[in-house]
Amino acid sequence: MKLSLGDKVFNITNVIVLGLIALVTMFPIYYVFVVSFTAPAEYLQKTFVLWPENWSLASYKYLLSAPTFIQAIGVSTFLAVVGTICSLIITSSFAYALSRRKFKGRRVILLLVLFTILFNPGIIPNYLLVKELGLINSLWSVILVSLSNGWFVILMKGFYDSIPDTLVEAATIDGCNDIMAWIKIILPLSLPSIAAFGLFFAVQYWNQYFNALLYLNDASKWPIQVLLQNMLIDSSGSSLGEVDPLIKPPPSETLKMAAVVIAIVPIIMVYPFLQKHFAKGVMIGSIKE
Amino acid sequence: MIVQMIDNEIKQDGTDVSVYTKQKRKPGKLIKFFKEIKRDRYLYLLALPGIIYFFIFKYVPMYGITIAFKDFSPFVGFTESPWVGLKHFTRLFTGSDFLMLLRNTLAISFLNLLFFFPLPIILSILLNELRNQFYKRTVQSLVYLPHFLSWVIIASLTFMLLGKSSGIINHFIQSMGFEAFDFLTNPDIFWFLLTGQSVWKEAGWGTIIFLAAIAGVNTELYEAAKIDGANRFRQIWHVTLPAIRNVIIILLILRLGDVMEVGFEQVFLMYNGAVSEVAEVFDTYVYRVGIQQGQFSYSTAVGLFKSFVGLVLVVMANRMAKKFGEEGIY
Repeated sequence: MKLSLGDKVFNITNVIVLGLIALVTMFPIYYVFVVSFTAPAEYLQKTFVLWPENWSLASYKYLLSAPTFIQAIGVSTFLAVVGTICSLIITSSFAYALSRRKFKGRRVILLLVLFTILFNPGIIPNYLLVKELGLINSLWSVILVSLSNGWFVILMKGFYDSIPDTLVEAATIDGCNDIMAWIKIILPLSLPSIAAFGLFFAVQYWNQYFNALLYLNDASKWPIQVLLQNMLIDSSGSSLGEVDPLIKPPPSETLKMAAVVIAIVPIIMVYPFLQKHFAKGVMIGSIKE
Repeated sequence: MIVQMIDNEIKQDGTDVSVYTKQKRKPGKLIKFFKEIKRDRYLYLLALPGIIYFFIFKYVPMYGITIAFKDFSPFVGFTESPWVGLKHFTRLFTGSDFLMLLRNTLAISFLNLLFFFPLPIILSILLNELRNQFYKRTVQSLVYLPHFLSWVIIASLTFMLLGKSSGIINHFIQSMGFEAFDFLTNPDIFWFLLTGQSVWKEAGWGTIIFLAAIAGVNTELYEAAKIDGANRFRQIWHVTLPAIRNVIIILLILRLGDVMEVGFEQVFLMYNGAVSEVAEVFDTYVYRVGIQQGQFSYSTAVGLFKSFVGLVLVVMANRMAKKFGEEGIY
């Protein structure tokens, strides 16, 4: 079909406007990447670099030689891996059980789960609970407080609702109990969805900031987000702790940018997989009425 | 909307449950009831870790709320601390901090509503008008990304852009011969700074729900509009917008129910002494007074006030959204 002049103008303007929006969104991320790879001398001289003449890994070398930084990456990785596994197990088993119609009292339990979404007792009661349990300064505090929540249970239950009972009944007749049926039949069937939820959990754990700040006083247990925030507000570089004195410290700016990049890269790595699933996940949560 | 989902679930289940309460009166049925529980014991076992988890980590803290009505001291313990009634609430409502907290919370929320809320709608309409699918998908991928970045990273990027000595914007301001402008410690623009961050992080992500609603529009409607001589703007006005009107209304109502929720990590990370008058919101206040100064009972009362008002607003908003949702089906 032939386009009218007005249509053509509209199309071109639209393409340009959206292109600009995408550029504006991407620019800060692009800029941290570039600065983090700029040679310290060049950065100090120009302070604004769109495309460095001298690329350099100096900032990364310095960061990765700081034991504190390596430790923080280790902590965040631990949270992301162990936390995700625990979250998946507890949330999916709970959600699956609640999705079965023969589960007596599931109406009451669902209401109680829903109530936890609507009403949050607040920071202090949660803090006191973790303290009473003796979990202050333990990485498990961060995992346990965000292990599962009402949203995830209800989202996952929504997914399991579509699996018919007849599928499980056949196995139950063959002498499988409900737990075995869940492990042998339901889980393999729902693997793609489980993987999608897993990615969301992993991102959530990797991005943990406030809970870690609240429950972990010991700086050696800080995850990368807390360390990053400390590097951000203090320009002396002391938040990195002891670093090999033979390595000359790069400017604090490029150092921070390198730390930001290291915190972003895992997210960007899983992003394509996330994107494949999230539209679906968001739709389950918000459209279904 | 999730509430409606569960409500429906309950309505469906309601019949089953009423049958079983009637069954209870007959002893034979009662035995059957326990037999069924015994038969499905593994199913209940499967739910047990979740039930225990929710009990300990979601409901025990709700019991902890009682300290808002006590003078709690960690050395004396939960049960031994003396009851003081509404003392802490009186202190909150008569103190000078309360109005400041309420003003800041509402200001941040309403600025968000005014400037942030319409953007995903506009963005999704523009995206929908793109004819090249590859270009559309690329733009979508790029604008969704910030949603997954942590607030610490967003704060880092903000410092990098707007910082006084090394920020990019100030680099340009200075190179044009002006004084560097202090974006981050300026109380006049702090709220707008937060809105800007929210826009950058979430505007793209917010389009998903609108794009989903737009995807449901019958393309014949556009064809018909074209034949009637409607140009692109009129097509958007008469076809696209009516299609997403209900989603807009429902999201707006739900957002109104959430006005007490301002991104805690976001405000906390951008907080500094120079902007404390405009940056202190209920959650940051609870953290400062409770965790840092150890006034557990008072800060629990502050948190409880916020959660309670939040709960009432959300429930009201859901009622309203439901009404609109039901009327909106045409």
